[in-house]
Amino acid sequence: MGRIVLVTGVSGDLGGRFARLLSADPAVERVIGVDVVPPRGDMGDVRFVRADIRNPVIAKVIAGEDVDTVVHMSVIATPGTAGGRSTMKELNVIGTMQLLAACQKASSLKRLVVRSSTAVYGSSSRDPAMFTEDMAPKRMPRSGFAKDVVEVEGYVRGFARRRPDIEVTMLRAANTIGPRVSSPMSQYFRLPVVPTILGFDARLQFLHEDDLLQALRHTATGGVHGTFNVAGEGILMLSQALRRLGKPSIPLPSFAASQVGSFVRQSRVADFSPEQMAYLTYGRGVDTTRMREVLGFEPEHTTASAFEDLRRALGPGPISADRVAAVEDMVTQALGAGRG
Amino acid sequence: MADAEIIPLGTRGRPGRGSGSAKPSASARNLAGGKKPARKQGGATSERQANARPDAAESPAAPQKAGRPPVPPEQEPGTTERLPPRAQEPTPRETSSTTTSDRAPGAGIPVTDWMQAFTSASKEVFGDNWEPKLAEFLAFLRRRITGDYTVDEYGFDREITERFFYSAIRPIADKWFRVEVRGIDNIPTEGGALVVSNHSGTVPVDGLVTGVSIHDHTGRHLRPLGADLVFRLPIVGEIARKGGATLACNEDAERMLRGGELVGVWPEGFKGIGKPYSDRYKLQRFGRGGFVSAALRTGVPIVPCSVVGAEEIYPLVGNVPALARLLGVPYIPITPFFPLLGPLGLVPLPSKWLIEFGEPIRTDSYDGGAADDPMLVFNVTDQVRETIQQTLYSLLMQRRSVFY
Repeated sequence: MGRIVLVTGVSGDLGGRFARLLSADPAVERVIGVDVVPPRGDMGDVRFVRADIRNPVIAKVIAGEDVDTVVHMSVIATPGTAGGRSTMKELNVIGTMQLLAACQKASSLKRLVVRSSTAVYGSSSRDPAMFTEDMAPKRMPRSGFAKDVVEVEGYVRGFARRRPDIEVTMLRAANTIGPRVSSPMSQYFRLPVVPTILGFDARLQFLHEDDLLQALRHTATGGVHGTFNVAGEGILMLSQALRRLGKPSIPLPSFAASQVGSFVRQSRVADFSPEQMAYLTYGRGVDTTRMREVLGFEPEHTTASAFEDLRRALGPGPISADRVAAVEDMVTQALGAGRG
Repeated sequence: MADAEIIPLGTRGRPGRGSGSAKPSASARNLAGGKKPARKQGGATSERQANARPDAAESPAAPQKAGRPPVPPEQEPGTTERLPPRAQEPTPRETSSTTTSDRAPGAGIPVTDWMQAFTSASKEVFGDNWEPKLAEFLAFLRRRITGDYTVDEYGFDREITERFFYSAIRPIADKWFRVEVRGIDNIPTEGGALVVSNHSGTVPVDGLVTGVSIHDHTGRHLRPLGADLVFRLPIVGEIARKGGATLACNEDAERMLRGGELVGVWPEGFKGIGKPYSDRYKLQRFGRGGFVSAALRTGVPIVPCSVVGAEEIYPLVGNVPALARLLGVPYIPITPFFPLLGPLGLVPLPSKWLIEFGEPIRTDSYDGGAADDPMLVFNVTDQVRETIQQTLYSLLMQRRSVFY
């Protein structure tokens, strides 16, 4: 008998794609998708149940459908889609609490997978170069998405203590980028002229959207209890990433950057929350040894190749590699002509 | 008001040579080779014209007018960018025969001359084998502009460090401080090792010079561990990460040592570089011995390193603690020349440097729990400290003078 999986947050792009991917898996008998709004695209074999995870109704869905695996994906990073920061916080924190309360009652449940984020580690000048799963953030996130994630993880850990018979896996995903996903970082790279923080060059680490889905599928169908960092291999510097995009950047002093950031945030072009600012200043790297050795998952993309995929989707910038190479050729040829 | 019109200096608003009159001045007419404007001279015109015509035909670019170098007649046409001579012919009698195009800089320098100048300049910069080197340099430039390079997980940018940072520090180390390196064989050629050094000199130049010296003698990169202030400061932190540094914390130190890197640590920290000149060559407290426990956990050798000479580059004679607290930095240095001489006071004194690497202290013989035994950690820390202090004394005895 295959698994019966409940996926929250299926109306989001990644949630919907994950539910479809999972329903195609032979090890999975049935996939039930839950969200507050109906999904837009075709959901294939996924059964959609319109329910709010902030509401105790979710317990009835879990009990009624005999669900044995819950994949919690509706921890959202940007307030844009939810309609404001307070709604976002309520969705993330209260939603998780209700979902976990429902899970605690469900006797059929065997496994819980939570999509978390490496944002729990924060970003500061006192960070170690690479965070392993057992390290705590040097500076506790005080607001925004990062704080939500810290609280969500706290509730999940509490749940794991109360129900030791359930296999609880938390995947701390690095910033997810790719040609289709809309994340704070991909919005940032879509800006025509990219503001950076003067005098700082953040170390960035990315996870390709396909790898995130595969990691979740891997965990949902045969996971391991524990918390794992999920990220692509390697590091890109922010300056290096922008050069690869061929986009012009404006370095702003950090005090001006926060002003510009709040302006950009109000104009809804991109999300520039304080924690995003800290990330763009200091960056963050996570160690993925446990992902490879304990979880047994190997991402297909490295940080660089995931970024390359995004770059292809964005198209060449004004200072593209082709143009620079053309100038180099021109200079070399001019030299050759002058000599000959 | 009539006064309000803007009059450029000397020309009364008219374009021209600056005398203010539409006519060329006497000296300008002399320069123009005695050809006087036709209208004013009446009868003399035909005679002058007759003179001028063959003149212009002989050397079409009118060489003597604006000091252009004479173009040799045997030069092949097409290589130069000179002006078509016929276009000038109808105009000379109008006003001055000196046209603006004659005055364009570089118009008379043939392309081949440009190329020759460029070639010799390249030879000057890159040496005899300049062509592949220049091509390589252009490729390097392209890689930098398009971001086609790799950094390691600490943000270390090998290419820019070797090509730029080391090249900038090397002349200072070799020519200004005349660094003499001893015991370089004590640095393992491969595998993790921890170089522990004394710290001095108000500005941590000693770390940079040690790094360059190690790279030049062994080809290995020293990966410094820096205080968190370094990474909090804009620009400084960015350069430090690109140059291979990372934060001095146990996690990073152990990670680097496990990765087989040559890690450099200055356990005195700000107490070392910010100590007064009167305390020179007296080692300060060695922190909590965190570097020793990192070495014990990873089983790598500890290489003591003693630097003599760095104490004298900026003799620290005073401090402004109030301002330092205000700015959140450990100290504000006052040296005999800074801030007295302003930027000139930032030039370090040219002291003679000696860097000696001592016998490695092996840590792999200790068992697994050694790093958690505080007494053992303190003992090893003291051993390293004593070794460096004794080496400093013996180097000071050998040194004949501070400056040579």
